[in-house]
Amino acid sequence: MSFGFPELAAIRLGFGLSPRMSPPADVRTVLAGPAGAGPDAGAMTTERASDLARLFNEGRRARRDKLPEPPETQEAARQLGILPVEDLRRRVIRALDDPIGFGERLVQFWSDHFTIRAVNKVHNGLAMAFVDEAIRPHVNGRFEDMFFAADTHPMMLIYLDQISSRGPNSPFAKKRPERNFGLNENLAREALELHSLGVDADYDQHDVRELAKLLTGLSFSHNQGFAYRPLWAEPGSETVLGQSYGGRRRGGLDDIRAVFRDISRRPETALHLSRKLAVHFVSDQPSEDLVGSMAAVWRDSGGDLAQVYRVLVSHPDLATELRRKVRQPFDFCVAGLRALGMRGEQIARLDLPVFRRIAWGPVEAMGQPWGRPKGPDGWPEEADAWIASQTLAARINWSLRIPRLLLDELPDPRDMLVSAFGGTQSAELTWAVPKAESAAEGVALILASGDFSRR
Amino acid sequence: MLTLDRRLFLKGASLIGCSAAAHPFMNSMTFAALPGENRLVVIILRGAMDGLDAIQPYGDPMLRKLRSSLSVGPENGALDLDGFFALHPRLETLLPLWRTGELAFAHAVSTPYRDKRSHFDGQDVLEAGTGNDLPVDRRVGGWLNRLLQATPGAIAETAYSVGVEQMKILTGEAAHLSWAPRASLNLSPQAQLLLEHVYHDDPLFREAAQGAVQISAETSDIGKIPGPTADAQALAAFTASRLNAESRIAAFSIPGWDSHANQPPVLGRGLDRLAAAILKLREGLGPNWDRTTVLAMTEFGRTVRENGSGGTDHGTGGALLMAGGAIRGGRAFGDWPGLDEGQLYADRDLMPVRDIRAYAAWAMHGLFGIERDTLERAIFPGLDLGGDPGMLA
Repeated sequence: MSFGFPELAAIRLGFGLSPRMSPPADVRTVLAGPAGAGPDAGAMTTERASDLARLFNEGRRARRDKLPEPPETQEAARQLGILPVEDLRRRVIRALDDPIGFGERLVQFWSDHFTIRAVNKVHNGLAMAFVDEAIRPHVNGRFEDMFFAADTHPMMLIYLDQISSRGPNSPFAKKRPERNFGLNENLAREALELHSLGVDADYDQHDVRELAKLLTGLSFSHNQGFAYRPLWAEPGSETVLGQSYGGRRRGGLDDIRAVFRDISRRPETALHLSRKLAVHFVSDQPSEDLVGSMAAVWRDSGGDLAQVYRVLVSHPDLATELRRKVRQPFDFCVAGLRALGMRGEQIARLDLPVFRRIAWGPVEAMGQPWGRPKGPDGWPEEADAWIASQTLAARINWSLRIPRLLLDELPDPRDMLVSAFGGTQSAELTWAVPKAESAAEGVALILASGDFSRR
Repeated sequence: MLTLDRRLFLKGASLIGCSAAAHPFMNSMTFAALPGENRLVVIILRGAMDGLDAIQPYGDPMLRKLRSSLSVGPENGALDLDGFFALHPRLETLLPLWRTGELAFAHAVSTPYRDKRSHFDGQDVLEAGTGNDLPVDRRVGGWLNRLLQATPGAIAETAYSVGVEQMKILTGEAAHLSWAPRASLNLSPQAQLLLEHVYHDDPLFREAAQGAVQISAETSDIGKIPGPTADAQALAAFTASRLNAESRIAAFSIPGWDSHANQPPVLGRGLDRLAAAILKLREGLGPNWDRTTVLAMTEFGRTVRENGSGGTDHGTGGALLMAGGAIRGGRAFGDWPGLDEGQLYADRDLMPVRDIRAYAAWAMHGLFGIERDTLERAIFPGLDLGGDPGMLA
């Protein structure tokens, strides 16, 4: 059987083939996708998230003081509680209805690159706002804009403890010597190590500390919103990677934007992120040609992501490295639903408990609890991080149960084999599927196969 | 016709109706050379536990000066151990183990990892067990896996990675099993045979599926434990069940130690989980606890000074907790480096006085009879084991 770029692109760059959609015809079609990955009408905003959080806190205070809890604060608590599941549902729907899928895959990639996590329920809204405000608007833009937006977003400031950081010599800290206010290096460290240069790059503790000083002043609270507070900022200038910033204390945010821009354009950042994109989309060991070509375009374009993606999408490794990658659990569930011909509106109509059984519980059992990565380095990439006995058991169970739960009539497995793989499947799978005892087991065999889990 | 590999077919088929132990092929492997009766559990505490708060050196007068609200000593509820160190109050349930010699610690230990203080690299180095001679991304395979390679008669069942998370400490050439306490699998015999066929040429899927079918058949419904420490207890209960059967080595992790701000509740939750896991292991292992050594290790310690947000930042020297009936507990191992000016690492961290790998190595020497030369060259390449701390009873 033969297959070409459209099948490869749908499987490797998107969420797989669907019996309802044609795969992307060419490179141009794929590259048109990310422009449509911006925030939609249902986007969460920091403002709305803060409204919910304020109401939630009000209710919490009422409960603490043994006062009757107003209905609106109860409703806010309820909404915050189900937001993560509804967030997953929204992401599944967009991924299912996106004809190309590349844009939503990139949203997933960059949201993971800039990992955040709502550690408390009160931040559940903010975690969604992070993706809608910091990631989606910049997915097809310049990296430096995403870097700045992500690392100064309220959710990131909270997650990496930046809101508790004060310049040791700031007017704020000086006035309160007994309170022991000081620097918190967390955001500065991850900004260099994870978000840009990469840990092997040539920077040291001094750079981390200087960047941490430069970042003092970034503040957020649900009551007062995001603000740059000069009184929190360390006075004087800071030298990060040999470059001096600040000194004019009132222009703090501009200095922060400048340092993020300069870091974004460094060759180490170009290489680190080109490699990371190549690892995510192509192979755990991407070729030097692919990584080098992407990094060169990154350097020449100053980190124009659309131009970097073009190298990735049109590189021959896309074809030669087929099935080196394992679909992460979220991608696997979406690909499974796509292969079953599900549409977004069908997912939108499901009762919440049913949706939990279809996606929320399974992605957790497969090793990727939604919105809860264990650390700021996000989810692992290696195939064997996702396929172990217990996580494969969860994939097999999903393949056995979910199609029957969703569809009154299952597809004929022989047809599904064609529509889900477009000729890319192995001879073993082609041999085995028609021998299944029932349509249900044939469908399960397709979804549970290594062919389907790999892309 | 089916063209299944015969060995795979036999193994798979045997697992449909009966337990693995009843299968002749596996039996002969298992009984040919069991790696002894001793057991080793490694718990990775991800996020860098503050050892200075977990085991508080309150006898060092500098502690109070550098930490105004953390590690506040026996006068504020910590539990005195030996007149110098005190146990964090949230580890109170482990105090009886200290008294019966089933709990010990070594302070001021570290891996060779220095200065960048990244959790992920720190954990990679800890689990790889290598020195600084290799770049971080070239460190593949963990030291428990190399222990398996050096243990005659080790089979996949010998070692377990427990939990959904990948444990790099057990990855490598030697086979091991992994399972989460709450997983299960129900396949019809025909579906299982067809799946074996489609996985046959893909070792990653083939081996994972074999493990899934087998373990699912063998383990009951461990993991229905309620309460805030349920996750850690489930991991420990499952670990104990496997160690009571054919396994001798297991590893799991307890995350959540990264106390940059407002440390007391963060550390408190972590310590609750750790204590609950150790007690569950003890309960589940029953008489086998006497032959068990538990090592709870973290990637590095935290800054000696409290930071501006009631927490601590990434440091260097940390603490190793040991538990189990096999250890000579009720004592602190290693020297105390001191917290005075000039005694800290980089003027901020507890100075490491011993490589944490040396303790792990001596434990493996005592438990499994691994030769010093193998430990220094193969399992922890380049490590100088130094003198025997005498941690095993």
